[in-house]
Amino acid sequence: MAHSQVWPDTWSRPPRMIRSRPWRIILAAGAILYLILAIGSVDVNWTRVSEGWERGARFIGGFLQPDFTSRWRDISTGLVESLTMTLTSTVVGVLISVPIGLGAARNLAPRWLYAICRGIIAASRALQEIIVAIFFVALFGFGAFAGFLTLSFATIGFIAKLLAEDIEDMDPAQAEAIRATGASWWQVVNYAVQPQVMPRLLGLSLYRLDINFRESAVIGIVGAGGIGATLNTALNRYEYGSAGAILLIIIAIVMIAEYASGHLRRMLK
Amino acid sequence: MLSIRNLTKTYKTGDRALSDVSFDLPSGQVVGLIGPSGAGKSTLIRCINRLVEPTSGRVMLNDLDITALGPRDLRRARRRIGMIFQEYALVERLTVMENVLSGRLGYVPFWRSFTRRFPGADIQRAYRLLDRVGLSAHVDKRADALSGGQRQRVGIARALEQEPDLLLIDEPTASLDPRTSRQIMRLITEICRESALPAIINIHDVLLAQQFTDRIIGLQAGRVVFDGPPSALTNAVLTRIYGAEDWTAMQKSAAEDAQDEAQARAEADRLLEAL
Repeated sequence: MAHSQVWPDTWSRPPRMIRSRPWRIILAAGAILYLILAIGSVDVNWTRVSEGWERGARFIGGFLQPDFTSRWRDISTGLVESLTMTLTSTVVGVLISVPIGLGAARNLAPRWLYAICRGIIAASRALQEIIVAIFFVALFGFGAFAGFLTLSFATIGFIAKLLAEDIEDMDPAQAEAIRATGASWWQVVNYAVQPQVMPRLLGLSLYRLDINFRESAVIGIVGAGGIGATLNTALNRYEYGSAGAILLIIIAIVMIAEYASGHLRRMLK
Repeated sequence: MLSIRNLTKTYKTGDRALSDVSFDLPSGQVVGLIGPSGAGKSTLIRCINRLVEPTSGRVMLNDLDITALGPRDLRRARRRIGMIFQEYALVERLTVMENVLSGRLGYVPFWRSFTRRFPGADIQRAYRLLDRVGLSAHVDKRADALSGGQRQRVGIARALEQEPDLLLIDEPTASLDPRTSRQIMRLITEICRESALPAIINIHDVLLAQQFTDRIIGLQAGRVVFDGPPSALTNAVLTRIYGAEDWTAMQKSAAEDAQDEAQARAEADRLLEAL
């Protein structure tokens, strides 16, 4: 080339959201001011905190010296109850989720069915487990049955939503090929959809099994039975040793479930 | 015999994929459907078994008006129309045998297909077809364990398992190398001749189409611009279908493919001699 052009040696990324510089500064300053005021409005009772240190230390002390023996009967019944609740609610929840998940997949279901199934999923996901548990405890009384219903209900929202999304992401060519043979809707589901989503469905079910176990400890606190109820009793009696033992058992079981489900999922690929 | 009358398809977006397409396909004839991408080849064969719903026009298969059928009768009609796909469209996680047997889904009730208990005659036919396409050794393998050429053979066996009156074949060689492409085309045309099965093959590779089909239909922007024997496919016609630039480029790459293959073959011969 005859004459060389002079190229700029600086470049800055153009602003994406707010073009005008003064507005950017005003908004940023406003956000920082709000944050300071918000933190200032949090009322901290410092004398209570200093007392609390001691209780916290006792709690951690109990954790470090877990007492498995003195309440072992309560712990083992709570544990068995929790495990039963977890397994039954996962199985029932998954069984109910599968038809709802099929109905909530846009590429399989007619519009009206899609709306109904998405509605069920939204209802199940909107209601937090603890609220549902309180409701079922009010309805059926204290105990594992309320816990079982709560976890089944929560499982439906979780599995059906993720299953529906997996179905919507499947390879449409395989379904088209099966449809082209003259297969009925159920046969398309059985031959083209199921093989594509089965590994993920099993993986999700195993994952939900371990979520349900953890949740069973939480909802026990509001009266829905299981290991959570035992934990609650121990805490109310200031038996931090037993509480520590229960927490350690929960951690151990969650870790075992984690390891086992990872292993199973690799095998099912 | 298949006859297509004034077939038109306009998509919801307003794109007109097919306008006023008409032709007849006597039994035993293998037709190559050529044209640039976007010419409506795929839409045309999908309108025949109504995987795509035509906007107007009629499709008649052996005096049955496919375009007028309700859902149940449409499924019955689809059983008699075998289809072979571009990316094989096998169900990857099912075994080869299940994929072939899925060709019988239109004939068996749900519970039989669900429990995989197909009638004995269907299973025999599946074994025979797998032997015919050279896959006897792979019956129980999962479809995703096979190579491209092998997968397409499973696709062919699945279509034939339907005992079709018509084969619709969508770019059977698009994901295969030139050598395997020729093998697959040879297999398809041999099978069609053996049982006097009419077939429509969508194919962008003109030279393959010329080599293996009885008749060529050229589509351009949804209209039939050529319909005749492969020998009548002159440079002038091809330029009209594809446009001058693309047609020259296609010829060049085909020549390169042929050269590559000749070279590979010569090398293989040399190696054999050396042994």
